[in-house]
Order: sequence, then structure tokens, then C-alpha cells
Amino acid sequence: MTRLQKLILSRLALGILTLFVVSALMFVGIELLPGDLAQQILGQSATPDTLRAFRAELGLDQPPHTRYLDWLSGVVQGDFGQSLASGRKVSDLLGTRLANTMFLAAYAAVIAVPVAVTLGLLAALWRNSIFDRAANIGALSAISMPEFFVAYLLIMLFSIKFGWFPTLARLDTATGLGDALYVTFLPALTLIMVVIAHMMRMTRAAIINVLASPYIEMARLKGVPRWRVVLKHALPNALAPIINVIALNLAYLIVGVVVVEVVFSYPGLGQLLVDAVASRDFPVVQAVGLFFAGTYILLNVAADILSILSNPRLRHGR
Amino acid sequence: MGNLLTIRDLSLEAGPRTDPKRILDRFDLDLDRGEVLGLVGESGAGKSSAGLAAMGFTRDGVRIAGGRIEFDGTDLARASQSALRRLHGRRIAYVAQSAAASFNPAHRLIDQFAEGPVLHGTADTATAHEDARALYRQMQLPNPDEIGFRYPHEVSGGQLQRAMTAMAMACRPDLIIFDEPTTALDVTTQIEVLGAMRDITERYGTAAIYITHDLAVVSQMADRITVMRHGREIETAPTPRILESPQEDYTRSLWAVRSIRKPDATGAAEPILTLEATSAHYRSFRALDGIDFTLARGRTTAVVGESGSGKSTLAKVIAGLMAPSEGRVLWNGAPLAGDHGKRTRAQLRDIQMIYQMADTALNPRHTVRETLDRPVSLFTNLKGKARRARVRELMELIELDPDEFLDRRIPELSGGQKQRIGIARALAAEPKFIICDEITSALDQIVAEGILKLLIRLQQELGLTYMFITHDLATVEAIADEVMVMKNGKIVESGPRARIFEAPQEPYTKRLLASVPQMDAGWLDRARRDAAEAKSAEAPA
Repeated sequence: MTRLQKLILSRLALGILTLFVVSALMFVGIELLPGDLAQQILGQSATPDTLRAFRAELGLDQPPHTRYLDWLSGVVQGDFGQSLASGRKVSDLLGTRLANTMFLAAYAAVIAVPVAVTLGLLAALWRNSIFDRAANIGALSAISMPEFFVAYLLIMLFSIKFGWFPTLARLDTATGLGDALYVTFLPALTLIMVVIAHMMRMTRAAIINVLASPYIEMARLKGVPRWRVVLKHALPNALAPIINVIALNLAYLIVGVVVVEVVFSYPGLGQLLVDAVASRDFPVVQAVGLFFAGTYILLNVAADILSILSNPRLRHGR
Repeated sequence: MGNLLTIRDLSLEAGPRTDPKRILDRFDLDLDRGEVLGLVGESGAGKSSAGLAAMGFTRDGVRIAGGRIEFDGTDLARASQSALRRLHGRRIAYVAQSAAASFNPAHRLIDQFAEGPVLHGTADTATAHEDARALYRQMQLPNPDEIGFRYPHEVSGGQLQRAMTAMAMACRPDLIIFDEPTTALDVTTQIEVLGAMRDITERYGTAAIYITHDLAVVSQMADRITVMRHGREIETAPTPRILESPQEDYTRSLWAVRSIRKPDATGAAEPILTLEATSAHYRSFRALDGIDFTLARGRTTAVVGESGSGKSTLAKVIAGLMAPSEGRVLWNGAPLAGDHGKRTRAQLRDIQMIYQMADTALNPRHTVRETLDRPVSLFTNLKGKARRARVRELMELIELDPDEFLDRRIPELSGGQKQRIGIARALAAEPKFIICDEITSALDQIVAEGILKLLIRLQQELGLTYMFITHDLATVEAIADEVMVMKNGKIVESGPRARIFEAPQEPYTKRLLASVPQMDAGWLDRARRDAAEAKSAEAPA
């Protein structure tokens, strides 16, 4: 087995272990919440007998560790159980929401990542120029505003003033791709504005850092034009930090967008999670939480591996 | 009027425009086609800036304040960036000091070779690759057909430096700037690289500017030599004249270290530190292999060898920074723990270390006073007034004025002053034994001379024992009582200085000694011949 394979396997194993820890922590967190589901569903007037019967039906009378292990053995077999609140299968509940979340994240990422990296490269190429300063000021202003504010600002401009885009981003299965892209344009734009600054500034900083290396001076003294120095000589050596910041922002696009979803009443996972927490719907919370944690871990492992692949020193170890 | 390069009245400035610092001051230079000019001087003399200026290039923050740089009829001081870019790599090429840092780690050697010719349109990729192999062969690189397909980290320093010279040759330039190309190499490697560089410039009739601080090296390469100091030319003359009858005192002072001779040690040698069959490993790599030796009290033992010979590992084991995997270390007859955390306070006090890079070994945020006060309070019971007096006394020991220097921060000091503070910090513990790890390697000759004289004086006054790790044999000859030659983690040969230098027994020691550049112009040819013979003599061993 090569060093690289070993590394990937060990990272994945560590990731799975982290998932277990996360699921246990979430379980404990839900246990600590005041009130219980039976009381909430049946209301204040429920008799102790009906409460007991309801709990027994849902398995809530079992001790916590038994419930956790039951749930865990189901998950390992691919069964996430049923929603306590609605009685529907958790996997069905998640299905469309997950697709919606991934759609919005992909939409934003496909635009934000290339634009951010390009802007960062140009800012590094023309360091301290008007362009560099304008890009920095724009990026900093975008990142300094809270995302709901950006969202409302965009709605005010593009929906209310100009009437170009809808204020709500409702999707259903019948919506075609073109329409979906159209109705989700404003939430996607909001997300793009939030993530672009971080990635752009990291790209710029990483490139500028590498530009101080002796091999960059060497390249220039070979008569290599400046843009080519940045692209061919600096970028390959600056990939690791850029990849890492992209992975972090992709993770944010998937797991951190609940506020934007609420503003545009977009049917994504974030809303589902908020609703489930409010109703103590343990299986749903666990499933969504597990998915979020898995996303983070997977993206970070991917970033690690790509960083290693981008470095010939690690790729062809001596 | 066949001049290839004419520099007249060139001044370079750095820093704020209102209060600029002169880097070059009305500098003149003439270079004929096919001629090799040596630029010699200490660091900060402006020789690298002069070399880069010969390409019309200045580093960030440096600007041309006046003068002309005429290369084949074009004034590079006034040429446009795109005009310069067309010259760079094609007609003027550059070979940098550290090939390891100057090759892009992300690309294979041959791709970096081909980039210039393809960009300048002198060859297509296939032709450039073919030419690379031919030049690699001429530079005597091993596996010339295959080596170009490696990444820089997979190739040794000496080979990289040759690959870089081959890369500079890619467009067959009229002029190559060699900027300290062998400074980072071991002496034995240096010979091969120098020889290959000289062969290839002669073969293609390429003119060159050879920048170095080592007069002996440049005298092998250059037809004429210019000695520089503080951005000015001190003197210029054909190589034999500079060697035989230098006109200026400064030129003569460039061999300062070679003139120190420590008086021979007398009296019986009493052992202070003993290593018994000591080995050390980095994972499975055996960095030290069964070392047996004894250090004598009050003497200086020089440990010499190439990089990777185990010298620094030896220092780490003695200092307790690395535990030996086998054998043991005895201090005054008592075993020393492998881990410094398990040693007694007295043992920690007794053994101190001075590092090569004073820049990184001293905390840049501290003042000199803070740097010295800490070890004094840590290792002695002195309080208040007595402690302050002790700090001043340390400053006097290292010949720096306490009133002037105590409140300065480390970055405000020169390289030599920093190294003196490093010595004072070691002395603060009132040690018996100091490990000096390449402490003069980063310093200029004259500064290094001052440090070595100081160490000799301190030894006589305080009865210190030194272990002096170095790859510079001139330093060894200057201060060592005993010499120990290391290779591949083993001791090849050891003995009194005079015996090692005058009658070396082992072929490796002989080769190492023969590799030290000598001032006479025929040395390189002799040394290359001898090295080839010595290598074949070593082979069966």
C-alpha cells in the first residue's frame, strides 16, 4: 500500500470515528433539552396514562443508551428511522430537502469559486493597483454585512424595485432546471457574495506569499511574463491553502445557509433541522446533523488529499 | 570596442527617497565577449545587486539612481520591461545561489529547462528536451537522459546547481551571471560543480560575471577580478595580479581567517566527555553509527564532514536534544541521560550550545538585556544588583559596550554582533563545555575572524572546552587542537590538528583536504584530477 493510500484510509477512519462522536454529542444535547415530545404532541390536557402509552409506542420509555444504540444499529443498516412528529420515514423527509440544499450550494459554488480564484489571482498580479484595492474593498464590504441583510438588500433591489426576480424561492418537483435557476438566483447571489471575499483574499495572500520565493525571481530572470509567473510558477505552489479555504466555504454553502433559506423560504435542510429541533424530533435532528458533520469531514478530507496531491514533494516522497 | 557589457557611474538606492541608502555608488564595469569577471566582497558589499543590475533587474525596493548599463548597444537602465524580458534568459542568464530554492518545486527540471527556449522561440519543446539531455551530459550529471524528469526535491544540491547552469545555457546566452553558485555546497561537491561550470562556459565562449565572497574560488574561474566594498569598487586587476600583488589593504584582509593560528595545546589531556559506541536513528535511518571518542578538557575539538555526515546529530545527542539509540554518553565519568529533561541542573549548566543562525536562535522581540537576563536568572542565584552586574560583565566578555547595546533589540544588531550575543547567552550559564554548531558559516571572513579570536581568548581565560562543528577547513586549521573527520555517521579519522593536516591517513580525509580551494590558479585542475583518483581509491572501502 502506498503512503498516499494509507493516508487516505487513516483520514477516512478518523472521519467515521468523528461521526460517531458527533452523533453521541447530538443525542446528549437533545436529552438535555427541557420538555418532551409526547407532552408536546398530546398537549397539556393529556392524562399520564395516554402519555405513558404514547411514549411506549415511540420507544421513549427506554433508557437513553438503549435508544441511542437502537438508532445506531438502524443507521449502520441504512435505516434512519421515522420522524417522531410526522411518522414519515426520515429518509423520505430528507430526500427532496437534501436535493434542494445541494442544488443551491452547487449553484453558488459553480459561480463563486472560479470568480473568487480569478479575482484573487488578478489582485495578486496587479498588487496595490486600483483593481486590487477595489476588489479588496468590495470583498470586505460584502463580508462585513450579515447575510440576511445582504439578502433583504437584494430583494429590495432586484425584486421590489426592478421586479426581475421573485422574492420567494419555492421549488417543487415539477420545476424545470431553467426555472429553478431563475427562482433561486437571489439566494444563490446572496451566498456568492458571502463566500467570495474569503476565498478571494486567501488566494491573493497565498499567491503573494509565494511570489517572494527565489524561484519566482528565477522565473522572472528567465524572461517569463508576469501573468505566466503567477499562473505557472506561483499558483501550483499556493494550491494547498486555496484548496482548504474553498473546502471550508463549500461546507458553509451546504450546512450554514439556514438564514438565507428562511429569508427566501427555500425548502432546504437547514429549515428542516430548525423545525425538527423545535419539535424534539430526535431521528430527524440526528440524521440531518449526521449529514452535516459528514459533509464537513468529507470536504476536509478531500481538501487534505488534494493539497497533498498538489505537492510533488509529498506525491513523490523520497 | 568589442565590449559586451559596459556599466558606467551606476548608482542603486533603497529605502525612502528622502533618506535613501546607497547600495551601489558610481560603479563601473567592463566585460568583453567570452570574458569571465569575478566580483568579490563581503555580504552587503553590493555584489549581488551589481550582478542583477547587469541584467537591468533590481529587487523590490531597489531603484536605479543614475548611470548606464550598456549591453551590446542597449541601455538596460532605460529599457522597457518587455525589452528586458526578451533579453532575460535568451541573451543574459542567471544562476542563483541556492539551486534548491531557485528551482520551482512544482515542476520537473526538464520542463523548467524548456520554458525559456520555448517562450523565447529559440526551440520547440522536443528540441529543447533533446538539448537539455545534451547539456546535462556535458555538465556531467548522472543519468542525463532521465534526471530531467525528476522534481527538484529528488535531486541533490550539487546536481541541482549543475542542472541550473544547464538551464542558464538553454538559449546559449552571451552572458551568464553566477551569483554565489557554490556557496551552499560542500567542498568536495564544489570542485565538481566549479569544473563543470568552467568547462561549459569555455566550450560556448560565454561571458560570465562570477559573484562570490571566496577569493580562492573566483581565482579558478575568472580572467579578471573586481573587489568590492560598501557598493564601491576597491580594485580591479587580472586574476594573477590580484593574487600575487594586491594593491589594497582590504583585498589582503579578505583572507583574515586563514591567518589565525591558535597556539598549540600543551600539558596532559584530561577527559571531560566520552561517547561509548553511541548510535542514533531518525526512524530507520542510522545518523550516528557506533561513535567512540573522548573530548579533552580545555581543548577545542573540531568535527568536520560534509552535510549529512552526522555532525549535527552528534551535537544533538550530546546536548540531550536527541536520545541515542545505542551506547552512552559520559560527562566527567558519570552517564548523561539521553533526554535533557532528565539531566540535573548542573549538567544542563555545564553543556551549552551556540547555533549557526543567530538570527533564528535569538528571540527577535527581546532586547539584548532580556536575552541575557533570562539564562542568568535561570542558572544562577544572582538577584537584583548582582544580576545586573553579571549581565554587564557578560557584555564585556564578548567585547560589546553594555551602555550602547543592552537596550537594543536583536534585529538592530549586525550578524557578527548577534553571534556575540549568542556566545554571551551560552556563557551566562557559566558552562564548562560549549558546542559551536557552524557558528561562523553565515558570517563574512573578517567578522568570523573576530568571533574566532574571541572564542580563543575566552577559552584561555575561562578554561572552556569546545566542540566546533564546521565544514570549513580554514576555520578548523585556525582554532582546533584536535580534529575529527566524519562521514556517513562514522568517524573516519581523528587526531591532533597538525597530524590530520600534514599527514592524513585515510583517502577520504585526503580528498576533503584537497578540496579546500587554494589561491593558485592551477588548483582546480589539480583538485579535479586528484578527486577522481581519490574517489576510486575510496571505492573499495
